[in-house]
Amino acid sequence: MDLAHTEEEEAFRAGLRHWLKAALPELPPRPPPGDWPARRAHDSAWQRALYDAGYADVHWDASPTRRLIFLEETEKAGAPYVGANFVGLLHAGPTIAAEGTPEQRARWLPPILRGDEIWCQGFSEPDAGSDLASLRTRAVRDGDAYVVTGAKVWTSHAEVADWCELLVRTDPQAPRHRGISWLAMPMDAPGVTVRPLRTLAGSAEFAEVFLDEVRVPVANRVGEENDGWRVTMVTLSFERGTAFAGEVVACRRALAELARTARENGRWDDTVLRRRLGRLNAEFRALWRLTQWNVAEAEATGGVPGTGGSVFKLRYSEARQELYDTAAAVLGPDALDLSREWTRDRLSSLSYTIAAGTSQIQRNIVAERILGLPKER
Amino acid sequence: MGFQPTEDQRALRRGVRELLEARCGRDEPRARGAGLDRALWRELGRAGFFSLRLPEAQGGAGLGLPEAALVFEEAGRVLLPGPLVATHLAAGAVPGAADGSAVVTRADGGLVPWLEEADVVLGDASGAVPVRSVDPLTPLHRLPPGPPGEPEPAAVLLTAAEQLGSAGRTLATAVRYAKEREQFGRPIGAFQAVKHLCAGMLVRTELARAAVYAAAVTADPVEIAGAKLLADEAAVQGARDCLQVHGGMGFTWEAEVHLHLKRAWVRAELGQPAARAEEALAAAL
Ligand SMILES: Cc1cc2nc3c(=O)[nH]c(=O)nc-3n(C[C@H](O)[C@H](O)[C@H](O)COP(=O)(O)OP(=O)(O)OC[C@H]3O[C@@H](n4cnc5c(N)ncnc54)[C@H](O)[C@@H]3O)c2cc1C
Repeated sequence: MDLAHTEEEEAFRAGLRHWLKAALPELPPRPPPGDWPARRAHDSAWQRALYDAGYADVHWDASPTRRLIFLEETEKAGAPYVGANFVGLLHAGPTIAAEGTPEQRARWLPPILRGDEIWCQGFSEPDAGSDLASLRTRAVRDGDAYVVTGAKVWTSHAEVADWCELLVRTDPQAPRHRGISWLAMPMDAPGVTVRPLRTLAGSAEFAEVFLDEVRVPVANRVGEENDGWRVTMVTLSFERGTAFAGEVVACRRALAELARTARENGRWDDTVLRRRLGRLNAEFRALWRLTQWNVAEAEATGGVPGTGGSVFKLRYSEARQELYDTAAAVLGPDALDLSREWTRDRLSSLSYTIAAGTSQIQRNIVAERILGLPKER
Repeated sequence: MGFQPTEDQRALRRGVRELLEARCGRDEPRARGAGLDRALWRELGRAGFFSLRLPEAQGGAGLGLPEAALVFEEAGRVLLPGPLVATHLAAGAVPGAADGSAVVTRADGGLVPWLEEADVVLGDASGAVPVRSVDPLTPLHRLPPGPPGEPEPAAVLLTAAEQLGSAGRTLATAVRYAKEREQFGRPIGAFQAVKHLCAGMLVRTELARAAVYAAAVTADPVEIAGAKLLADEAAVQGARDCLQVHGGMGFTWEAEVHLHLKRAWVRAELGQPAARAEEALAAAL
């Protein structure tokens, strides 16, 4: 049981630090939230810079420990996070890497790594949220293509995406979990309509996506026909298991900044508030240790992160909301000013116990799959 | 980065678990009452429980804080009674502590556990008066009010490790009961309200585990304060939730769970209670 890094890992860290010092001053400031085309361009340029420097594949292929070092160092240096590249880099890409054919990997992975192509996730539907397996979007085979009809919702970044990891029903007769397939759908295909939805934070970061007889080549199916639920589990295990790791580091930085603010504005003398900040320090330190623990475990067993991701997500999503509520207590009236980043982050933190599977669903998963308690039905 | 127990560490944990389960069966703590079992104490000494971290030249096993944390976690799991942490820390300094022939306690946060049974008391215990201890297996004396002493990081960490073990045990007990007990024609564990209590217990336990093990590896005082805070919460809230899952049975003297809750309350006061841990963590921001 140790937390030491090998010489090679430390060399990686030193090289990255050195590169960040030169690369970051060149980077223009991040465009405002809501201006998605500008944000896409910004996030893609950063990804391209990482690619050119040889760091792009750190989210997969490279060792998980390297990824943690990458997250620590980029966050410490104040580098941008994945942004619009979230789906491609953190779960569509890793799924294709794990489940795709050599041709599929060659077609889709390099553009993700270069920041050339942005992905979105078309899983949820108006009547299939938590009960994802009840999805109804249909795909009917017609020669070498599927003809897809249906509707998706809450699709983050759909407006600027080039590709969608899409779940469709390919066998309506089969039991729910057995008739689903996982497709890569081009967002510019005829029949795709994106209608942005405004979030409670005011921005339009997710959308409804309507699919009207969209032709998707059969060659774009990842995994076997009707075996998409298994592929989906791989995607979700990346989404819950590893995708949020970087944000824990970001929360630690936000917490340190909050303590600085409290010391400056006099709120530090409030014992209750100060102790709340202390407790959050314990939470986020431990969440980072839990990430390291999960990564070391996955490294030892090899492969896809396990249900431990649900354990992490449950606590992380709540701790993040507590962080921003505490920030509001430190900031006082400023916490109501929508031009403050804190305020916007507080609003967006409300989604963390819902997106990527609600807390209630995560608790069901933990209870049934880890603790072995009987199923409800 | 190998942040997982090594094969040797797993073997050590297995060995300690077998020893303790044989000596502290389910009915053992209740039968024994409040007295300290000297024979068991010496047996623990022979097994290296107290001398684990002493150098081999001094008759120890030359192991470190991570190994000690794993061993104390096992002690917490079975509610092993006695001033274990104080005796362990005294090994090498107080004659007889290492081999279990002496019982060592210390004044800690206004309390002195096991004062009358102890051969040696560390710290200032003058003016200590007995209290009717809430934990039937931990006799307590109360000290006159005074400034709190500096917490000893290793003592805080090992107390946290005991809390972690207790949290793991109450979780396992709750899950087992939820699978067996039937109401409305179904095991109660099929009901989401029960399931979610159990899931919450696991989440708190796993977070505490990561914190305790990491603190054992780094021995960093701030990390140790965080580990204690989270382990206290996992143990106290875990025991409460376990009690709830057991329904009326949970409120009886027969069920083991009240003993875990009471011990967890005592341990939460020892070493670095929540308020002091939170202050230490805030100061480090
Ligand atoms: C900011 C944001 C971004 C998102 N991005 C995407 C995306 O890019 N792509 C995508 O496909 N989806 C996305 N989602 C959708 C997200 O995955 C769903 O919102 C989520 O899975 C919940 O589904 P729902 O909204 O239909 O809620 P519902 O399933 O209707 O749930 C409503 C309430 O009922 C509870 N509930 C439901 N079933 C159970 C049960 N069995 N037991 C106990 N309680 C239950 C839920 O916990 C919740 O409290 C996003 C969501 C948000 C908020």
